[in-house]
Amino acid sequence: MTELRGSEVRKRIGWRLWQQLPLLVALVVLWMLLWGTVSWISVLSGVVVAIAVTRVFYLPPVELSGRLNPFWLLVFLCRFFFDVVVASFQVAGQAFRPRGVRSNAVIAVDLVTVSDFITTLTAITISLIPGSLVLEVDRDRSILYLHAIGVESVEEAERVRSKVLSVERAIVRAIGSADDVERTRA
Amino acid sequence: MTLDDWLDLAAALLLVLGGFLSLAAGVGLLRFPDALSRLHAATKPQVLGLIFILAAIALEARSWSTLLVLAPVLVFQMLTAPISAHMVGRAGYRTGNFREDLLVTDELDEAIERASKETGP
Repeated sequence: MTELRGSEVRKRIGWRLWQQLPLLVALVVLWMLLWGTVSWISVLSGVVVAIAVTRVFYLPPVELSGRLNPFWLLVFLCRFFFDVVVASFQVAGQAFRPRGVRSNAVIAVDLVTVSDFITTLTAITISLIPGSLVLEVDRDRSILYLHAIGVESVEEAERVRSKVLSVERAIVRAIGSADDVERTRA
Repeated sequence: MTLDDWLDLAAALLLVLGGFLSLAAGVGLLRFPDALSRLHAATKPQVLGLIFILAAIALEARSWSTLLVLAPVLVFQMLTAPISAHMVGRAGYRTGNFREDLLVTDELDEAIERASKETGP
């Protein structure tokens, strides 16, 4: 192993701190929210707890794409909320309707992106929209296997698949890398 | 009607809607045919139901401090619900706790078969 010079070590520590900073800030803000007060003591104890928590429960750093489009993010959030409302009432309708639910489907969706971050966000979004549930993830090939309720034909399964892909496209447009944007457009 | 009355009315409507979605979740839990479909009822309609109830509380309280307590409730619910659903769903699928005759297609089963053929028995 080669020895690292002092400046390089400092740069590396600085980079790690910079990467962890959003998480630390979020933890401190959460700490203050839970206490319900903004004071020096709560900020200081929050910083201590945040550092302790990130040390004890170490997570691999999330690789962000470094791109954010606020307009498409807003479009995505609005569409997401709309989807949640529509699908919630759909599932409620399926619970109440006399014939109930007769068939479901397990569908594989081959995502376009290879980024873990986008795959995770897509999976969370799909899981939050009622009627679909991620059963299994093939991380290497970025394939999501989901269980969809009330799917009665292969055509309907196709519709669920294209729906998931459009959710992925919306997320990529909001925060995906430029590379992913190109690919989803193709 | 004053603005306060309108806000009270909106909060009341939101509470009724939230209650309705929770009821639907309960009915779904009873009526859906197998474990995996029941999971949909157990985890999903409450997300919107919770949003409605929290919105109603926010409209009634009308104070920033309440809103700041409500926000993390929603954020954590939305972060944890998909994960718990995924864990239970995955375990349910792997242990075969679902009715295969109800599935239109099962592309996960096909993928598993393909993979086990490649690696041999």
